[in-house]
Amino acid sequence: MKATIRQVNAVTVVDLSGRITLGEGCTQLRELIRDLLSKGHKQLLLNLADVTYIDSSGIGELVSGFTAVSNQGGHLKLLNLTKKVHDLLQITKLLTVFDVSDDEAKAVASFDKGA
Amino acid sequence: MSADASVVEVVYESDLKNVEAAEELVRRVLASLNFDEEEQHKIGMAVHESMINAIWHGNKSDPAKRVWLQFVVYDDRLEIKIRDQGAGFDVSNVPHPLEPENLLKISGRGIFLIRSFMDDFQVKNIPGKGTEVTLVKRRSPNTDLNQGGLHREHEGHNTPG
Repeated sequence: MKATIRQVNAVTVVDLSGRITLGEGCTQLRELIRDLLSKGHKQLLLNLADVTYIDSSGIGELVSGFTAVSNQGGHLKLLNLTKKVHDLLQITKLLTVFDVSDDEAKAVASFDKGA
Repeated sequence: MSADASVVEVVYESDLKNVEAAEELVRRVLASLNFDEEEQHKIGMAVHESMINAIWHGNKSDPAKRVWLQFVVYDDRLEIKIRDQGAGFDVSNVPHPLEPENLLKISGRGIFLIRSFMDDFQVKNIPGKGTEVTLVKRRSPNTDLNQGGLHREHEGHNTPG
């Protein structure tokens, strides 16, 4: 997994690519979110457009990140889900948990509303 | 086993790197059986989750232990068996990940995904030997196999890359 971090207004956008699976991918994502939180970045938008594969452990890592950010008073939202990732979140009912968008500008703006 | 069944079996060492090797093999086998791209993804993911269960949870990544991945191809279905050398588990004790109290749990979705993606899923604990899971996917009858070499018994051995 690779991650590129951008700052758009008050929102930290993380462009993720590759595989988020048990092992290296999950560990990298966990450490990335922990590092961002430790630096005070609490408004996170994860762009999953180039994520080629995510497994149950990767889904668990997204949930873990969501909980960690929420516990610090922040928000973690998802951007540009591929169909496969969207389907996975749908059958695991996590679309009811995550705020998901296909429009980066609207997603970034939604943080200002405190949603 | 039916005399008409075709079998492919590969033995892996208990290393997570072999999960990707197994996925690649699954893709080749499924393509040769004319499963479409979406079905390939679902079956591949079920095998991915089963391989992780076998290597990580079953064998605890013990390099001395092995995982057997077997494809048994019938006219009407594909059976995929994954066997480890672990202590086994009781599938009825796995919490349902869609229950509200489990929705935000970090783990516990693997078995659910396997059940969602396959037509049948069975777990057999073999005392003293390990655990064997069987994943079943129905296929259209009389689908001709491509020239994938699946018509004979075959056994391979994979070493970590």
